Amino acid sequence: MTTSSIDQAPLVRARNVHKAFHHVEVLKGIDLDVKAGEVVVILGPSGSGKSTFLRCINRLETIDKGSIFVDGEQIGYQLRNGKLQPLSNRAIATQRSKIGMVFQQFNLYPHMTVLQNVIEAPIGVHGRSRDEAITEARELLAKVGMSHKVNAYPRQLSGGQQQRVAIARALAIRPTLMLFDEPTSALDPELVGEVLTTMRSLADQGLTMIVVTHEIGFAREAADRVVFMDGGRVVEEGSPEAVLENPRHPRTRSFLSRFI
Amino acid sequence: MSTLSAPGKEEGARMDADLYDVARAHHPFRPGRLLLWVVVLAVAANFAYIVANNPNFGWPVVAAYFFDPTVIHGLYVTLGLTVVAMAIGIALGLLLAIARMSSDRLASSVSSLFIWFFRGTPLLVQLIFWYNLSTLFPEISIGIPFGPTFASWNTNDLISPVTAAIVGLALNEAAYMAEIIRGGLLSVDKGQAETAEAFGMTRARALRRIIIPQAMRSIVPPTGNQLISMIKATSLVSVIAMADLLYSVQSIYNRTFEVMPMLLVAVLWYLFITSILNVGQSAIERHYNRGERDAAVRKDDAAEKAVQQEDAR
Ligand SMILES: Nc1ncnc2c1ncn2[C@@H]1O[C@H](COP(=O)(O)OP(=O)(O)OP(=O)(O)O)[C@@H](O)[C@H]1O
Ligand SMILES: [Mg+2]
Repeated sequence: MTTSSIDQAPLVRARNVHKAFHHVEVLKGIDLDVKAGEVVVILGPSGSGKSTFLRCINRLETIDKGSIFVDGEQIGYQLRNGKLQPLSNRAIATQRSKIGMVFQQFNLYPHMTVLQNVIEAPIGVHGRSRDEAITEARELLAKVGMSHKVNAYPRQLSGGQQQRVAIARALAIRPTLMLFDEPTSALDPELVGEVLTTMRSLADQGLTMIVVTHEIGFAREAADRVVFMDGGRVVEEGSPEAVLENPRHPRTRSFLSRFI
Repeated sequence: MSTLSAPGKEEGARMDADLYDVARAHHPFRPGRLLLWVVVLAVAANFAYIVANNPNFGWPVVAAYFFDPTVIHGLYVTLGLTVVAMAIGIALGLLLAIARMSSDRLASSVSSLFIWFFRGTPLLVQLIFWYNLSTLFPEISIGIPFGPTFASWNTNDLISPVTAAIVGLALNEAAYMAEIIRGGLLSVDKGQAETAEAFGMTRARALRRIIIPQAMRSIVPPTGNQLISMIKATSLVSVIAMADLLYSVQSIYNRTFEVMPMLLVAVLWYLFITSILNVGQSAIERHYNRGERDAAVRKDDAAEKAVQQEDAR
């Protein structure tokens, strides 16, 4: 095990993360710490590498340089006799199973009902009993306001409803960390509110969240810290007030000016 | 006919919503369609009458031989070969499809080579090849390539007509099924595999629970085709002395010279089996269509009602 249990160690620690696609560098040395219970909102223009960075955290993408630790474990690698070795697929799956993810396109399993979507991973990956998983799933669906649709199929739901189910599905694995990649970008304006409300209540309950979004309002109200990315780098970070009201970097300023 | 501008004039102030309520719309009676139905039914009935009354079809002979032990035995051979060859073909085809799509170069090359060879050569030749394997390789042994052997068998003991038929049909089928299954797997949104991965599912589990059930929608219809082709393809095994359905009726008419009636016996059996398969296929398709917007509506209504009843209590 590579567990380095320094007290107060951040839950997520990314150091000098580099990532290139076909020799084009998309991430150029990202450093980011996220403490347990913290809500971090990542802002940035299209193509700045926000999604790529998020996907590196649960190893949907491999990284070329640097390191990422979640909950004291290095993602994708293991130190053995002083040498760093890639983890087996199974070990990587275990690491991922503790990180919840919500996608822009919801990605619910269309052949399963709402309830089946939510209990799939708890039963199949975490080995919980069916009864336990169903009880918990019903509670979570109630929490996101979807109790009345437990037996519906995803295609029979509105986008906002689908995304709320997707959030319940991610919560059902009892994640130590939740990743949101533009959860409201595929939604009609009138449906954005219901999803943001759900996310805000999660933030209030102390869930550790990294949220990529273009919703400045959500960043202002729910974020503990705002990170602004541009061109594969973290350009500016700080409290919502500092970054959103008094941006220091000209790139941040010009990006935010579009939202006023 | 009323045009868009007409109602204002014709109905005056009575532009009430009721008149345009689509719920009140009804389809006009079409005499042309009715006539067409009558003509088609008449032609069909006439054709059936002619066939039934034509003595050359020899219906009494058909009836007499329909359940003849030789025919029934042939039917069993045909069905047995079809089921076994198809089952092996689907299982092997799934493995080949997964291998071909894997990022492992060795696996995908071996799979491509297999598919290339078995789709590229006639089934008849493959059957004869397996049947006559002993002339090429008198002995089959297990061992290290170019090294010592651990066990060996006489090929003729190993390859009976039945095994030759099954191996030949199954390997050929696997090559076709591999491509059908690969097409199905490719038809599933990539986000699904990614989501399964993000939730910590293993590859195998993601395939079994998430990808394959969705791929089935596009795998089932061509597989139904394959199954029906297979039933008829089994008649090729008569070249390696297997008595399938067609071979059995041939053996009878070679004796009795009642060619047409005996062929009718085979045709009716083939049609009977195919009809049953069609029914089965529809049921399977309906199963894998659940979750589609149109398909699941009825089910959901029921579910909704159940929830409402629960809430009422
Ligand atoms: N799989 C891939 N192959 C090649 N290039 C990629 C791939 N994924 C992302 N990229 C490129 O990496 C860059 C960063 O993409 P990314 O999706 O991380 O941006 P983003 O900040 O999330 O943008 P958006 O706000 O539009 O979602 C883009 O230029 C994109 O074209
Ligand atoms: Mg993105």
